[in-house]
Parts: sequence; structure tokens; C-alpha cells
Amino acid sequence: MGEPLVAEETLVPIRSETDIVTARQNGRQLALRLGFSSAHATLVATAISELARNILMYARSGTVLLQGVENANRCGMVIVAEDEGPGIADISQAIQDGFSTSGRLGLGLPGVRRLMDDFHIESQSGAGTRVRVRKWIERSVR
Amino acid sequence: MEVPILKQGPYLIASIQDALTDADLIQLRDALVEKVGRLRARGVIVDVTALDVMDSFATGTLRDIADMIRLRGAKTVIVGIQPEVAFAMAHMGLSLEGVITSLDLEEGLSHLEHQVKTASR
Repeated sequence: MGEPLVAEETLVPIRSETDIVTARQNGRQLALRLGFSSAHATLVATAISELARNILMYARSGTVLLQGVENANRCGMVIVAEDEGPGIADISQAIQDGFSTSGRLGLGLPGVRRLMDDFHIESQSGAGTRVRVRKWIERSVR
Repeated sequence: MEVPILKQGPYLIASIQDALTDADLIQLRDALVEKVGRLRARGVIVDVTALDVMDSFATGTLRDIADMIRLRGAKTVIVGIQPEVAFAMAHMGLSLEGVITSLDLEEGLSHLEHQVKTASR
């Protein structure tokens, strides 16, 4: 089946807190245009908000790429959050519930993982972080 | 964007009008904690109807507000969590457990009335 085709994409630079809001609002609009329900568009917007905040909090700047994707039988959304920050020393720890180096809830990355269908993270200490997540549109039950 | 805080009788009502940045949420927290003492309020309602997303930061800050207001001697009710926002929160595991929530402003006010009456008996 191969990689899905990219139908539409937007790149949102993340440098300030208002960019977090811009990224999640753009993401919601794209999700709605692609045919996501309002509830699932909110899931997507929530995941984008977490990913964009992680960039700002740990790397200070980076980008969030929003893509509408489709293949032969379904369509969905891909979000790629990328930064050149300090990276994550222990990825398995970062995606664990309740683990946080920031003193907050520690629900960010594990939460994003629960919200999305696919979750992929690459990071190296000192070489930045790249998180790629995907959410398909739920097929209606006939 | 600053969130307007209105005083209605012994209660403070903070109505969020639009999507908030993290700094806006912190500003709201600090303003409520200060005003609850200065205006001698018995209860606080935070209306989140217009909030687009309740992620881990927003949820954590609302929990902090409820805790801090309680430590100041008043009660907090969060009202207006929309169905799709509740759906995302539940999926993510953000339960806001221990924080009082009500359907809307009217329900929130009647909850506070009841609480304050019971407490003063």
C-alpha cells in the first residue's frame, strides 16, 4: 500500500505561546476540512497543543507540520513536531505516564499517544526531537 | 487576552471568551487567587465554554486554581466543558478528578449556593 499521499500541508513555526494556539487552530481547521468530526478534530487539536508546547518548553523553537493525507481507502492527518533542542535522553521514560522533567503532570506525550492512531518518536541527546503522529478519520458504520 | 472576572453577590465569575495561551491561564489563576481575598468571595466559577482545547497545561492550571482557591477558603466550580472537549480529555486521561464541574453557569451557581448554605449551617 505504501506511504499515503499528502493532499495538503501547512508548516507552523513554534517560537512563542501564541504559536501553540495558532498551530492547534490551524490543525483543527484542516481536520474539519478533511472531514473529521468536531470531536475528532478536537482530539487532533489537543495533540497538536501538547506537541507544540513540548517544543517551546524543551527546545524553545521548532516547527509543527500539519498534513492532510490519503491513500486508496481512507484519509487522515499527520502531524510532525520537530525541533533542534537538547533531545530526550530516555525516550521510554518520556512516554511513560506521570513522568515529567518539567514538574507538571507528565501526561503530555503519553496523552498524545493515546489520542492518535500512530505515534513515532525519534530523539537523540543533543540532536533534537522529531515526533510524528497520525490520526485516520473514523469510518462510519454502515 | 485577559479573562474578565465579574463579581456577582458572594461569587466571582470568570468567563473565558476565546482560546487562551498558557500565560493567559496563569494570569487568570493569579487574578482569581488575589481577587477572592480582596473581594471576600465565597465561591468562584470558571466558565470554559469558549475554550477550544483542554490539554494537560489547561487542565493542570484549572486544578491549581481549584486547589489554591480552596486553600484561600472558597469553592471553585468549572462550568461549560463542551462535549468534544470532554471526549478529548477522557481519551487523554485528563479526568480533573476532585475538581467540581457543572454543566453551565446556572448549574454552577446553584451548586455554589447549596455548598455555601450547607457550610454556614
